Amino acid sequence: MPDVRLPKKLLGPSGWCQGCGHGVVVRLIAEVLDELGIEQNTVAVTDVACCSNAMAFGAGMGIDSVMAAHGRDIAVANGVKGARPDSIVYCYFGDGAAYSIGSAELVHAALRGDNITVVILNNTVYGMTGGQMAPTSLPGEKTSSSPYGKDGDKYGVLNLVDLIGNLNATYIARGEIYDVATTAKAKSYIKKAFQNQIDGKGFSIVEVLAPCPTNLHMTPLQCKKFMHEEATKYFPTGEFVDK
Amino acid sequence: MIEIRFAGFGGQGILTTGMICATAGMDLGKNVTWYPSYGSQMRGGTANCSVKFDDKAIASPFLRNVDILCAMNTPSVDSFMGELKPGAVMFVDSGVVPADYPVRDDIKVVRVPVNEIAAKCGNPRGANLVMLGAMAANTDIFTVEEIKAAVEKYFKKKGIDNPKNLDCLQEGANC
Amino acid sequence: MAEKVLIKGNEALAEAALRAGARFYSGYPITPQTEILEYLAWRMPEVGGFFVQAESELCGINMVMGAAATGARAFTTSSGPGYSLKQEGISYLCANDLPAVIIDVMRIGSGLGDIFMGQGDYWQITRGGGHGDYHTIVLAPNSVQENVDMAVLAFDLAEKYCHPVIIASDAGIGQMMEPAELPDFVEHDINKFEWAVRGTKDGEMVRYCQNVYYNMWNDAYAEKFYGGCTDYPTYLTNKYNAMTEDEQRWESYQTEDAEVVLVAYGSSSRIAKETVDIARAEGFKLGLIRPITLWPFPKKAFDEAKAAKAFATVEVNILGQMQDDVKLAIDNRAKVGFVGDFFKVPDPEVIIEYAKGLLK
Repeated sequence: MPDVRLPKKLLGPSGWCQGCGHGVVVRLIAEVLDELGIEQNTVAVTDVACCSNAMAFGAGMGIDSVMAAHGRDIAVANGVKGARPDSIVYCYFGDGAAYSIGSAELVHAALRGDNITVVILNNTVYGMTGGQMAPTSLPGEKTSSSPYGKDGDKYGVLNLVDLIGNLNATYIARGEIYDVATTAKAKSYIKKAFQNQIDGKGFSIVEVLAPCPTNLHMTPLQCKKFMHEEATKYFPTGEFVDK
Repeated sequence: MIEIRFAGFGGQGILTTGMICATAGMDLGKNVTWYPSYGSQMRGGTANCSVKFDDKAIASPFLRNVDILCAMNTPSVDSFMGELKPGAVMFVDSGVVPADYPVRDDIKVVRVPVNEIAAKCGNPRGANLVMLGAMAANTDIFTVEEIKAAVEKYFKKKGIDNPKNLDCLQEGANC
Repeated sequence: MAEKVLIKGNEALAEAALRAGARFYSGYPITPQTEILEYLAWRMPEVGGFFVQAESELCGINMVMGAAATGARAFTTSSGPGYSLKQEGISYLCANDLPAVIIDVMRIGSGLGDIFMGQGDYWQITRGGGHGDYHTIVLAPNSVQENVDMAVLAFDLAEKYCHPVIIASDAGIGQMMEPAELPDFVEHDINKFEWAVRGTKDGEMVRYCQNVYYNMWNDAYAEKFYGGCTDYPTYLTNKYNAMTEDEQRWESYQTEDAEVVLVAYGSSSRIAKETVDIARAEGFKLGLIRPITLWPFPKKAFDEAKAAKAFATVEVNILGQMQDDVKLAIDNRAKVGFVGDFFKVPDPEVIIEYAKGLLK
């Protein structure tokens, strides 16, 4: 009989679209908190976008949370950590917030080596605002703001490791949630990122490739395949920095 | 109301000199203000600050009718001699401002070889203190003893106890 | 009595904030407030607090939001151009009911402007400034001693209303040294507010720091934190009404029989007060209302100035930004004018001449 108990701090069914990857990643975080025994001492910071469903009453994560302005999650998390250094603080937000509007906050947190944990869901598209092009959209990817396909020469594709790989991050990893094996791997990355904070080792960040079938106009299965087969060409998985 | 301007090159302790002067005023129970030059004003390598003493509340920290100018170089004389009121006193470093340097004839000029005296006291960085001593002796804003007390207090707070500082003040007053 | 020290206005703000129990600061250099950042860079570690030089004012204010959400006394400081960047975070602080203190050491002009004394941010700080419906209490000190006193008051008011409070200082007061008495240190208990995020113990209600409006969707939450109020417009209206009614602060000087009443705050109020004395010595009945809170604007002060035929704001800006508030406060019963200057407060003679002109 498989263990189907909910993690302690996961309240119930999520409010995300069908086939969305958020629910899986949030569950992974909740499981990790339980396994590390830090679920009662952790504060979450989310963005205003899709990830904010993780702090809805009766759904998502049942832990003390702060909703940051778009892209300012890491700054807010650093504020929480600075004022309560004994708390475990993590940010959970998307690629648009992290790599576009919040890129300065990301770069400088990595540069300072702030002792926080960051989990970023990368679905190559802006979710909440309705499927616009992101810095992570693949060349040729059709979105509502790149209707002819993303012009790769004009916009490029932003890769987390290129952005902060040579700064002072302690841990940089990328996982996916394609199947049981990859999901378990992603969870192990997330766990290490939290363990690093517990050990006071500094800035740890995990990006998780996850499907957004609604905005990529695919079926959940097609979208999972797209992330696994296409997105990984630009965003290979694995541990890139592990100090 | 007493209005005092301290001016010189950056690094000469101009702002500190003004602060010590203001501390002396505060310890005498007066209302005081101190205001620095800052930002792009300082990039030319000159520094100045304004000090005001008054028994009444001081409205503006900025100077209008300056009573005393402490000029540690010739650019300071050029810049600030014009704002002195008639009868004001201008202290200049005679080591850098030549004896024949043109000055107004409606002000009193006190020439102090500050660096020479400071060197003689074995305290070459104390030129500004020599100037403060000269100010005490040549004006009635504070006595030599009062400025000595202010200087001692100022440096004590910084954990510095250098008896040569007081020598500089005394020699400045004697010159 | 505490010892009097000669201290720079900016450093007085910083030291007083620490003595009020603030243990979190994140700022960014900009003249003429940089001394606050520099002072706290060494002083904050000394008192065991958290200091960080942020990569931008945006980051600075958002770090403060995170710290405020934990119940800490947190603050940030800036000037003109940097203060503009903080507006995003201030709007969020208001929406989330978070206490924090933001200090604007005002300089002159729009755009880059210049680093010298100015009062160009009046509109920005009194109207809200960022997006959405909000005001913040704005305190306007006019001496180094008041920088000290208001730094302490700002934290108390911020916590009283769970709302950000702005201190509108200016380069005149920030750069100046004056004697001031510093208060004793008080301990701030970071756990004194039930709403402060800290990690959810089993059996506790989850604390969500987000738009109060969202939190009110949950009845239990509304019951616990908002007195059972589930109607956001009512909640917000009541909050701002309470501040408007209870927090007006001002100083009136010789207003009762004044023919013309000057209205000035911060650095310009010092000159304006001197101007009143000079004018009275000449037989011209001038008075002064000094708003100590710029928001709520001290409307009540104007009821006392019954004899005034005209009001003149004295400001260090070009457009006379405070005139609007004076007009609203007196309901157009008298003439309202403005005398100002760029870089400096107008001299008393200029102010007197202008005031006399208003009576013609």
